[in-house]
Amino acid sequence: MSYQPKPSPDNSLDGRALSDNERIKTESNFLRGTIAEALDDQVYGGFSPDDIQLIKFHGLYQQDDRDLRGERKKQKLDPRHSFLLRARMPGGICTPEQWLQIDKYAQERTMVGSIRLTTRQTFQYHGILKRNLRPIFQGLDEVGIDSIFTAGDVNRNTLCTSNPVESEFHAEMYELAKQTSEHFLPNTKGFADLWLNGEKVASNEAESEPLYSNVYLPRKFKIAFVMPPQNDIDVHANDISFVAIVRDGELVGYNVLVGAGLGHTHGDKRTHPRKADDFGFIDKKDVIAISEAIVSVQRDWGNRSDRHLSKTKYTIERVGVAAFKAEVEGRSGITFAESQDYKFEYRGDRIGWIKGIDKKWHLTLFIENGRILDFPGKPLKTGMREIAKVHKGDFRFTANQNLIVAGVAEKDKAKIEQLAVEHGLKTEDLSKQRENSMACVSFPTCPLAMAEAERYLPGLVTQVEGMLDKYGVADEHLVLRVTGCPNGCGRAALAEFGLVGKGPGRYNILLGGNREGTRIPKTYLENADETQILDELDSLIGRWATERNPNEGFGDFTVRSGIVEEVVVASRDFYA
Amino acid sequence: MLLKELSSLTSPLSDLQLNQLQQAIAELNPNQLAWVSGYLSGISQGGAVVATGAVSAAAVSAAPAGQLTVLFGSQTGNSKGVAEELAASAKAQGLPVQVKSMANYKAKDLKTETHLIIVVSTNGEGEAPDDAIELHELLGSKKAPKLPDLKYAVLALGDSSYEFFCQTGKDFDERLAATGAQSFLERLDCDVDYETPAKEWGDKALKLVSETLTLSVQAAPVAQPFAAPASFATSQYDKKNPYTATLVTNQKITGRNSQKDVRHFEISLEDSGIQYRAGDALGVWFENDSELVDQVVKQVGLSGDEQVEVDGEKVSLRQALISHYELTQSYPGFVEKYAEISGSKKLAKIAADKAQAREYANSHQILDILAVKKNVSLTAEQLIAMLRRITPRLYSIASSQAEVEEEVHLTVGMVEFESEQGDARSGGATGFLKRLEEGGEVKVFVEHNDNFRLPANPETPVIMVGPGTGVAPFRAFMQERDAQGAGGKNWMFFGDQTFTEDFLYQVEWRGYLDSGLLTKMDVAFSRDQEEKIYVQHRLLENAAQVYQWLEDGAHFYICGDANRMAKDVNDALVKIVQEQGNKSFEEAEEYVSELRRAKRYQRDVY
Repeated sequence: MSYQPKPSPDNSLDGRALSDNERIKTESNFLRGTIAEALDDQVYGGFSPDDIQLIKFHGLYQQDDRDLRGERKKQKLDPRHSFLLRARMPGGICTPEQWLQIDKYAQERTMVGSIRLTTRQTFQYHGILKRNLRPIFQGLDEVGIDSIFTAGDVNRNTLCTSNPVESEFHAEMYELAKQTSEHFLPNTKGFADLWLNGEKVASNEAESEPLYSNVYLPRKFKIAFVMPPQNDIDVHANDISFVAIVRDGELVGYNVLVGAGLGHTHGDKRTHPRKADDFGFIDKKDVIAISEAIVSVQRDWGNRSDRHLSKTKYTIERVGVAAFKAEVEGRSGITFAESQDYKFEYRGDRIGWIKGIDKKWHLTLFIENGRILDFPGKPLKTGMREIAKVHKGDFRFTANQNLIVAGVAEKDKAKIEQLAVEHGLKTEDLSKQRENSMACVSFPTCPLAMAEAERYLPGLVTQVEGMLDKYGVADEHLVLRVTGCPNGCGRAALAEFGLVGKGPGRYNILLGGNREGTRIPKTYLENADETQILDELDSLIGRWATERNPNEGFGDFTVRSGIVEEVVVASRDFYA
Repeated sequence: MLLKELSSLTSPLSDLQLNQLQQAIAELNPNQLAWVSGYLSGISQGGAVVATGAVSAAAVSAAPAGQLTVLFGSQTGNSKGVAEELAASAKAQGLPVQVKSMANYKAKDLKTETHLIIVVSTNGEGEAPDDAIELHELLGSKKAPKLPDLKYAVLALGDSSYEFFCQTGKDFDERLAATGAQSFLERLDCDVDYETPAKEWGDKALKLVSETLTLSVQAAPVAQPFAAPASFATSQYDKKNPYTATLVTNQKITGRNSQKDVRHFEISLEDSGIQYRAGDALGVWFENDSELVDQVVKQVGLSGDEQVEVDGEKVSLRQALISHYELTQSYPGFVEKYAEISGSKKLAKIAADKAQAREYANSHQILDILAVKKNVSLTAEQLIAMLRRITPRLYSIASSQAEVEEEVHLTVGMVEFESEQGDARSGGATGFLKRLEEGGEVKVFVEHNDNFRLPANPETPVIMVGPGTGVAPFRAFMQERDAQGAGGKNWMFFGDQTFTEDFLYQVEWRGYLDSGLLTKMDVAFSRDQEEKIYVQHRLLENAAQVYQWLEDGAHFYICGDANRMAKDVNDALVKIVQEQGNKSFEEAEEYVSELRRAKRYQRDVY
């Protein structure tokens, strides 16, 4: 194959200065920077500004308790710096042995003590002091877990529908997701030396990153695998989504959706959430080659001058779908076939027990906000530890921040059930509304947070439950999501009713997404405070309850009834 | 401090005046210098310029047969203050007298002394204060001289709540007696409210000195050289006449999850004219908590409105207890006295065993001891007769005037604990400061401490070991070095319980590291890992570099806890010298002693 990769067909970026992050990457000696020196510094609890960017590639975010910031300044103390570590768990599968180790280190080496399940099917630790970083890397390594490339300008944790029910397909798709994740790991061998052995890394060894080059990607990159009719991983939040096509009892291949993403920037209308384009169908053996070609086109054509416009979705908008797709085909030598039919029906997880075709039982536990911690009267973390001690199957983290106790034999079901109930992991009174509500972490730890999310959601859901009850639709739900900033970890830009944090107590309301997650909602009201949010919810739910068509979802209703305009092309329609 | 090392930054003179002074003395031999110092002292104290010729004649012709030497060994400045006052009083009576720190005194001169008064304090565990260590050791060793012609008296300062009360004073008394010298007045062991008894003893001593001296000395008054006051600037404000200052800032500087409440206080000295130097301490007078006072009077069946006499004035008992009597620090004598009055068998038993009484007094406040025996009624006079007078607390100053000008900063750990009954108790002065709101008044004075000074040469490297609130003077040092543009290297060792909550002045230290003023900083947080790590461990980890710094002339400072930390750091220092310098233990100790003699090893410990 002698295809010559083409440069970007448009010249709109020529001559523009590179963003500072590009300098940091270039100078970093393959992402090492001065991290090793900083780890030995006893006086400062954080990293230098350049290193703060680099540690992301290692799966770490520098944070501080923002509730304490002002107080500590007066106390002549540095902000209480700590770190978020995001583990790499392709497809979100974890063994009980791994869980016990994860639990132990959460307890012993983090200030928060929680295991936070995330929308990217993995877990995060919050509140790791710098001196505890190496011990945690070492502890996770003992059970085969790392955090490499779970953040930064690379391909991050690969998602895969959590579907233990149709287990043959799931197992096959999971294997592919895992291979894909590993394919995009760094070549650099220095990471282990840095974190596991504590040695200074020799910098003169010949190194190269053929896939990424020494400047990596222009921006973060996300890949997901999904099994319709479930859209739990939210295809329209990923740079690439592989939609599994099953024909005659066989997984034959995938439709390839490219160029979605939810992040946007307040006040910058060039930015917006965007749905993916369907490039077409490929054989399952071509998945990695296609992924590599898409990544390489984005690597070469993506915008490295303006990080607000550097994701794949903007590259595609800039050069056009046809040019991007043609280059992918050229570089991979694979031609996209016509897209196959599929249909998404829902996004939530099936909470509770379900029997798979392998005759094993699977228990999906609803974890509010994904936060596993011992709460008063709800010792979730203890419960999970007790389950892990006796469980013989595995655990699956879902993209909805829930957790599945998977592969339980008939004879063990009662014991698991008992432990889950005893520790508040399984409750009778869980509403559909709560199951379908989600928030990102936000305050107090996230440095990007503009408004509360995780701490706001539980009370908000209770209010919405009351409204549904009041209008006689207590068994119904709307996909309700809160995210603390427009970066979109809480995926509010695919909600039926989404809140995007703008300032303390202020949110933009997004309205008109649909239940299955295939339509971007529209900015409905800006800078709403809590009273406005509740008033809007009350009035909209009231109208939906009385005026809707049979089985019409909340989002579809708001569009059909003209309360909000449909977003067809997000770059044009998203803003009011 | 040598004059040639003075600068206009650290003296009240202008550069020009300093220059002239330096030129004028450059040619003088030591005898001439001594004479000039006496001459200047005479001018400054007498207020009139004496005709040069007359003084010269008197000084040169009068070689007295005897004289009084007052030597002090002082850690916090109390002994020094008493000694200087005594010497001033002697001088006023026309007695030939010199007053010196033991650190500046040559032991061989003892043989020529006729009358010697020792004023010395005792450190926590019965050891001598830093400037007395050498003389104390020498007199106790085989090298001690024979002094059959010497008349001496010892005034010991101490705190009876410590086990080795006035131990150093007792040692000097015994050791001088062993040299064949004769005590001309029985030693007095003073407790924390030492001032009145010390004054009375001093008057008695001077009377005895003048009786014996005049027998052997010509009647003519003599202009004997006086040691110039050790501190460069004097102020009208002192312990007895404190300045009423305004508290500007009362800020907790430990994090919200700290086990400790350490506070940063900023106090405005406004136009008081008070000057201090990095290394000095601030004396703080305090008032007792009125709630505590109410509880105390209630406990013994009084109302607080009873009139009592304090310093010849009638005040209410409540006011007396708030302003004049110690309620938060007890002492063994109180246990004994109250055991007697109350008839408490429990207290009597405790008082009978000295060690136990001391331990008990240390861990119990007056109110809690009173509460041991219920329903005891005392008269107001009975109550105050048992109590000691309030004494001000001294805190190492945490600022340099080069940086903060008319402010003075303190770093104070709040003393807070629970009584046996589970009631909250707090320290007298720390509680007062904590209660004090910004804008409130506090009576303060400066205690100069020439035993804790930055090197005169700004190029000299310094190593500072200041865990906990021991960090305070080093904050002042850094401010001063910063203002001086000092080029010398600075190395700070700090320690406390936890990195996140107890790293006192973290932001400032990081700033000094970033600017390059602070060359190196090592920290030890004892509770951040399984094993306890303290500053001495960090010193030992850096042994080679520490030794190299010392070899390069570095000064070494310790501030903070005397009981354990200062000892451990001293041991670490000796070990470092021994191992890195390939020396025997004795040689290493001698090396460290030499550092101390050269004033390159200074301590401010409490």
